[in-house]
Amino acid sequence: MTEIVLEGRNIVRDYHVGGSFFGKAKTVRAVKGVSFTLEKGKTLAIVGESGCGKSTLGRILTLIDPQTSGELLIDGKAINIAKDRVTSEMRRKVQIIFQNPYGSLNPRQKIGEVLGEPLLLNTKKTAAQRRDLAMEMLVKVGLGPEHYNRYPHMFSGGQRQRIAIARALMLSPSLLVLDEPVSALDLSVQAQVLNLLADLQDEFNLTYVFISHDLSVVRYIADEVMVMYYGEVVEYGTRDEVFSNPQHSYTKTLFAATPKSDVESIKARLAKKKVAA
Amino acid sequence: MALLEIKNLSVGFDTSTGQFMAVQGIDLSVDAREVLAIVGESGSGKSVAMLAVMGLLPKSATVTADSMTFDGHDMLKMTTKRKREIVGRDVAMIFQEPMASLNPCFTVGFQLEEVLRFHMKMDAKTRRRRAIELLQQVGIPTPEERLSSYPHQMSGGQCQRVMIAIAIACNPKLLIADEPTTALDVTIQKQILDLLVSLQAKYGMGLIMITHDMGVVAETADRVIVQYKGRKMEEADVLSLFESPKSPYTRALLSALPENATGDRLSTVADFMKNEAAISGAPS
Repeated sequence: MTEIVLEGRNIVRDYHVGGSFFGKAKTVRAVKGVSFTLEKGKTLAIVGESGCGKSTLGRILTLIDPQTSGELLIDGKAINIAKDRVTSEMRRKVQIIFQNPYGSLNPRQKIGEVLGEPLLLNTKKTAAQRRDLAMEMLVKVGLGPEHYNRYPHMFSGGQRQRIAIARALMLSPSLLVLDEPVSALDLSVQAQVLNLLADLQDEFNLTYVFISHDLSVVRYIADEVMVMYYGEVVEYGTRDEVFSNPQHSYTKTLFAATPKSDVESIKARLAKKKVAA
Repeated sequence: MALLEIKNLSVGFDTSTGQFMAVQGIDLSVDAREVLAIVGESGSGKSVAMLAVMGLLPKSATVTADSMTFDGHDMLKMTTKRKREIVGRDVAMIFQEPMASLNPCFTVGFQLEEVLRFHMKMDAKTRRRRAIELLQQVGIPTPEERLSSYPHQMSGGQCQRVMIAIAIACNPKLLIADEPTTALDVTIQKQILDLLVSLQAKYGMGLIMITHDMGVVAETADRVIVQYKGRKMEEADVLSLFESPKSPYTRALLSALPENATGDRLSTVADFMKNEAAISGAPS
C-alpha cells in the first residue's frame, strides 16, 4: 500500500502586507519551499510555534489559499487554485477541521443543516438522502440522532469538535487536514477526540495532516513528523527518527520546553529546588 | 499558620432549573513560599473557588464557607471596602487570556501604573520608575519604550508578562494564576512558567496554579489538589501524586496523557470512572 495521496514540491507562499499612502508594501514569505509526500492511510504531523507557517501550509493543502509557487499534487493530480477552478470533485477529496470548535460552527445553523450543507453544495443528493447520511454520521462520531435538530451552543467543546469532524467526513474525503484539533480541549476530552480520530482513520482509510504544537500529542498520533520554523522545514522524518534523534537545534528546544510529567524529572526538579533554597 | 486557609467552601449559582453547585465543600490551605496546583477539567470548579476568594463572582453566586482567612484576616466578615484594599495588593490574580485581560484602549504603562496609583499611592515619577523596573523583572526588552505600547502591539507571551508585572506590582503575598499558559506555545509556556516560579521563590510568595495540564503541575507544583465536579478528589505532594495516585480520578487523568498511552488507544476519564465507580463509590 504505497499509494501517494498528497505531494508537495517546493511550495512557497508570500503574503503582501501594507502598501498604503504611508508606507511601501512588504512581502512576507510565510512558507519557504516545502516538499513532502504522504501515503494513503498515514498521518503527517506538522509541528511549530505560532507564526511558523504551519497553518498557512494547511490552508494551501485544503485548497483555501493558492500557493505562490511550487506544485501541489493530490492523488497524483497537480492543482493550483490560482489558475484552475476547484471542482466539487476536488473539494470532496480534501476537508479541514479547525482549532476552535466555538468559532467554526454557525450559531444559527442546526446541526443537521451543518452536516447536510457539504452534500447540498457538492452533490446531487435529495433532502431525504442528506438527512439519512447526516444521522448516520452523527452516530459514527459518537453523538446521536437526537442531536440533529439542536444548535451549536447546546454542545460542549468536545462535542462541537465531533460535529466539526462529522461535517468534514460527510463528503467521504481521502485527506483530512486537522489544524490544532485538540488544543482547545481538556485533557480527558482530548483523549476521547484523539481516539475517535484514530478509529475513523482505520474505518475509512483516511490520510491525516495533523497540525499541532503539542509534541506529546504528535508522538501519539503521527507516522511522520515535519518541524517548521519561520516558514522552513528544519526537520522531516518518521516519528521515531525525529523523536529519538532530533537533528536541528530548534527541534531540541521544542523537546526541552515540553513539560515532563514522569516521576524522575519531578524528583530532579524538587532536588534542584532544595539546593537553591 | 497558613497564608490562605479555607474550610468547607461551597459556591452555588442560581439558574432557571434551581441552584447549581459549582464547588461543594472544599478545604484548602496555602503557605507562604509554597506552590499549590489545583487540577481539574473544565467545569470542575477550580476557577470558581479562587474567584470566590477574590470576590469576583457575579451576583447570582452564593458563597458559603465555615472559615476563610487570609494572612490573619477573616475574609468572610470583611467589608467590601477593606476587601478591595487587599485584593489586587496582597492577593493578585493572572488569567488565562492575556489579550482579553488587558484593556485594549489603554497603554501598557497606564494599566501598570494604575495599580501602583490605587494601592501604593505613589506619585507619577516613582510610578514610572517602578513600572520600568517591573517590566524589566518580567523580562520585557526595552521597557521604557514598551510603556507606551498598546496590548495589540505585543505578542501573547509578552502580554502575559505584562499581566504578571501588574500582578506582582504591589509585592503580593499570594499570587493566583488561572491557566496562565493555556493560550501560549510550548516554548513560551516554558518561559512563563520559569518566570512565575522564579518570582515566587525570589519574593517568597504563595502561588496557586490553576490548570488542567498535568505537565504544568509536574513542572511547577509542591503540592497538588485534584478537583472533579466541585469536589476534592485527592490532595498530595507532587511526587506522591505522580508516583502513587490514590484516587481513581487522578489515575484516570494521568492515563489520559498521550505520553502515557499504552497500545493504540488512550484511556479516557469516562471509561475509567465507569470501571471504578462501583468499587470506590466515586461520584459520577
